Amino acid sequence: MSIRNQTLTRRQLLSQSAMMGTSFAIGASFVAGQAEAANWALEVEHLKPETMATLIQMARDIYPHDQVSDEFYAIAVKGYDSADTAEATEAGIATLNAAAQGIGFATYIDVGWERDRVDLLRGMENSAFFQQIRGGLVTGLYNQKAVWPIFGYEGESYSQGGYMYRGFDDINWL
Amino acid sequence: MTAPFDLNDDNVVVIIGTGAGGGVLANELAQKGVSVVALEAGGRYLPEDYINDEWDSFGQLAWTDPRTTSGDWRVAKDFSGLPAWIVKAVGGTTTHWAGASLRFQDHEWKAKTTYGDVQGANLLDWPIDPREMDDYYTKAETKLGVTRTGGRAGLPGNNNYKVFEKGAKALGYEHVHTGRMAINSADNDDRMACQQTGFCFQGCKWGAKWSSAYTDIPRGEATGNLEVRERCHVMRIEHDQQGKVTGVVYVDADSNQQQQKARVVCVAGNSIESPRLLLNSASAMFPDGLANSSGQVGRNYMRHVTGSVYATFDQPVRMWRGTTMAGIIQDEAINDPSRGFVGGYELETLALGLPFMAAFLDPGGWGREFTTALDHYENMAGMWIVGEDMPQETNRITLNHAVTDQHGLPVADVHFDDHPNDVAMRNHAYKQGIAVYEAVGATRVFPTPPYPSTHNLGTNRMSANARDGVVNAHGQTHDIANLFVSDGSQFTSGAAENPTLTIVALAIRQADFIAAEMNKQTL
Repeated sequence: MSIRNQTLTRRQLLSQSAMMGTSFAIGASFVAGQAEAANWALEVEHLKPETMATLIQMARDIYPHDQVSDEFYAIAVKGYDSADTAEATEAGIATLNAAAQGIGFATYIDVGWERDRVDLLRGMENSAFFQQIRGGLVTGLYNQKAVWPIFGYEGESYSQGGYMYRGFDDINWL
Repeated sequence: MTAPFDLNDDNVVVIIGTGAGGGVLANELAQKGVSVVALEAGGRYLPEDYINDEWDSFGQLAWTDPRTTSGDWRVAKDFSGLPAWIVKAVGGTTTHWAGASLRFQDHEWKAKTTYGDVQGANLLDWPIDPREMDDYYTKAETKLGVTRTGGRAGLPGNNNYKVFEKGAKALGYEHVHTGRMAINSADNDDRMACQQTGFCFQGCKWGAKWSSAYTDIPRGEATGNLEVRERCHVMRIEHDQQGKVTGVVYVDADSNQQQQKARVVCVAGNSIESPRLLLNSASAMFPDGLANSSGQVGRNYMRHVTGSVYATFDQPVRMWRGTTMAGIIQDEAINDPSRGFVGGYELETLALGLPFMAAFLDPGGWGREFTTALDHYENMAGMWIVGEDMPQETNRITLNHAVTDQHGLPVADVHFDDHPNDVAMRNHAYKQGIAVYEAVGATRVFPTPPYPSTHNLGTNRMSANARDGVVNAHGQTHDIANLFVSDGSQFTSGAAENPTLTIVALAIRQADFIAAEMNKQTL
């Protein structure tokens, strides 16, 4: 199973979530075991679930980090599930799906190779929708404290007394 | 709390802004017994308030009131509403600055004489003899506790510096060290030593870095001669029929308009807000704005030739650990036109956290070309370019009447086009910066475009002749004797050095002048 196969309704999301205990899935590539992401899933109220799934794929295609799980991309875009922005988001994703149809796929998520999806994104790179999603991800993804350790970034150090005695000059390969 | 000074007290010196210029001037005058009211648009934040988190700190400290941009500089495209990364708080941008404290080189005070006629550049010599600045520089270094001056030891080098130093030495650079920094290498002047925490840009939680917020400001207040009014945004400066300034109108913390009378007004709101205020103070007598008979108010905006070079290596660097600006290469700061440009540049290490690296490494960038860089964030080293840019009359701050701020005032539009000399210098610096890292085995290099400006200079420049600039050698406006400019907007030229030390030295010097003139009753 993969993300492109998901067409789950909210009811199905809930039932799968319950079925799988602490984790639930939109396809195998989106496994949200943590409470925060699960909460997002339960709160998909204004977007179609497949729209949110496409948004998550789009987010990954814009800023692909293979070591970062979908959960973090989901957190980064979950704010688009709002009454104010749902219509614009549905329209933007519809445009993306139409572009996918133009190269012979039913939807964006059905496009199997990242390079082909990226080509579609390049085609809409200057659109307000793309720029909004991309711009939002810069903080939405990289300002998640839970993401920082994946990149080795240690965040604040004041509470630990700084790095004076914790390796500010510990480089050993020069 | 009752204000020490009455709104109708017309014997006070009103200083607008409390950063490197205004904050130092306020304290220096207060120490001499002069009554000072300092009006600060921002709130008061002290080390215990600073946040070691890039975006949260930005939200706390940055000046994010609306501004607009124009011109061919890349900042106008990448950050159209944020031309400058400066601070709105007591202490101004001295909370945010990295601490690099370098004296101008002698020839840089004489830019026109040294560089000659550069097409499109509005060069001018400063009306100050470099020798006159020596003592003031020494006083400023003592005040700030600058390392590698006055017998103070240098800071230890962090990982980012060690990579930088090794590459620099491999290239044959000789003037390479951990900088002259206003960051204590040992306890000094009631401030503790640097703990290599990083987050210098977010306000030093140890107080190891000098900031007027917790040095000059409270010391001035302790004299009883300085009152700092926080969250007070000055809307305009008022004058009488003789053309002398009489006070200021400001919006206080409760959004009420107040009028403070003044004997002298000193503008120190930085090179964007200071000319904006002079322009917004236009009157029937001064229809082009105050102190603007030369037409130079807002012009000659400089921001230094900047840019960064980041590089990834096959092993970890962890550049964020320790002092943000941890070292310098000074060999390229000379004026050597054989390189294809006049003036020079410094290379200084710089580190950004992951959140800001994502925002600034390649603004607008996306896809694997971008993300594979961040994948190796832990293995990244970084440096910043700071060089002299050419003053151009058309690079300027103007009022954008189509956009107003929360007080209904027209905002500043910041227009900047790179001069060909700027472009040539930046390209040379990218090449050298890349060579430094490749000499240590960089696997990939990133010539990163300029960030929103932190060094904003020149928009009320000093000139010997009133037709060429806005203020004289003491920062006194040519047109109005009791109106002064006290910040980096006085700069006649930008020089290659980080500007804070010079702003502080000029503020100390200006305090001597103002106090002496007041004693002589000529002010």
